[in-house]
Amino acid sequence: MMENIISPENLVYTKTKLMTDKALSYCPGCGHGVVHRMIMETVDEMGIQDKTIGIAPVGCSVLAYDFMNVDMQQAAHGRAPALGTAIKRLMPGKYVFTYQGDGDLAAIGTAETIHCCNRGEDMVMIFINNAIYGMTGGQMAPTTLEGMPSSTSPYGRDVARMGYPLRITEMVAPLAGVYNCSRHSVHTPAAVRKLKRAIRKGFEAQADKKGLTFIEVVSNCNSGWKKTPNDANKWMEENLFPYYPIGDIKIDGKMVA
Amino acid sequence: MAKIKGTIVVDKEQCKGCEVCTTACQFKCIGMSKEVNGKGYRYAISVNDDCTGCTNCAIVCPDGVISVYRAKIDSQ
Ligand SMILES: Cc1ncc(C[n+]2csc(CCOP(=O)(O)OP(=O)(O)O)c2C)c(N)n1
Ligand code: SF4
Ligand SMILES: [Mg+2]
Repeated sequence: MMENIISPENLVYTKTKLMTDKALSYCPGCGHGVVHRMIMETVDEMGIQDKTIGIAPVGCSVLAYDFMNVDMQQAAHGRAPALGTAIKRLMPGKYVFTYQGDGDLAAIGTAETIHCCNRGEDMVMIFINNAIYGMTGGQMAPTTLEGMPSSTSPYGRDVARMGYPLRITEMVAPLAGVYNCSRHSVHTPAAVRKLKRAIRKGFEAQADKKGLTFIEVVSNCNSGWKKTPNDANKWMEENLFPYYPIGDIKIDGKMVA
Repeated sequence: MAKIKGTIVVDKEQCKGCEVCTTACQFKCIGMSKEVNGKGYRYAISVNDDCTGCTNCAIVCPDGVISVYRAKIDSQ
């Protein structure tokens, strides 16, 4: 029977101790939790828990500091890159990462995002793009797709009136301060493993003072999209991935896409 | 002959029943409970003996509620 292999020496995966025991505040199936855990697994494997400082945003992940067991600060809406810059410059020996949603990073915080990337701060910026303002009830974000319904565009985003969905990751990639830039997802095991490698590369790049690593994760917002988690992931593959293609955009300072 | 066997342990009170693990498992080892947990969610349960301990379910679990065990079992 299976039960007899359940013993510590056979344990091959369990939640990292760098995630706290607090129940995540996210909806069932939401990608935020996986991204949190991949950051913490990276910090754990690099042995840098006491040297890492994270910046939480405004949005569903506003409570990220409750879940990731490292030092964290929570920034005003969109200002995580500015706060991260201050922390990194005051404590250059620390590993700094920011964690933001698309409303936070690509709407109210657009200026902070672009200038932080342009300055090439030695930090990792994590950008969760779920094409919507999740926390506040599914309003249209700059990233909302053409024709995609949201609570403030119930008949779908009309680009003639509301503009086009913003690919901010492609915008920041060519900036000289950006050393690595890639787009990921966390809905399949292979995708999650790839994301984790990108996070590791970003943490190593900041230790080597190479500049900024920008990591977008296209993720689901089941509640905002009004779908079950598995349906949301399928919808994401079919609708978001064609507009926000997964893959590397810039690696080690060179554009690859 | 040695065979790789795996099994999962689900923290059923923390599971939110999102079912993402059920599609991540290529051997369809995971189903959902009939009863609900304290939060009111059906939780993930293993439904067959085909687990290889690949960890795919645990890696995609948003809440990190799945632990995976793997061992070489000598079979005849
Ligand atoms: C200055 C300010 N303006 C507006 C808000 C309201 N608000 C809270 S969260 C949010 C958007 C969050 O969306 P996103 O960054 O995409 O995060 P998600 O919840 O989708 O992960 C807004 C507009 C606020 N808290 N502060
Ligand atoms: S509202 Fe959307 S982004 Fe926020 S926790 Fe729920 S699924 Fe995640
Ligand atoms: Mg969002």
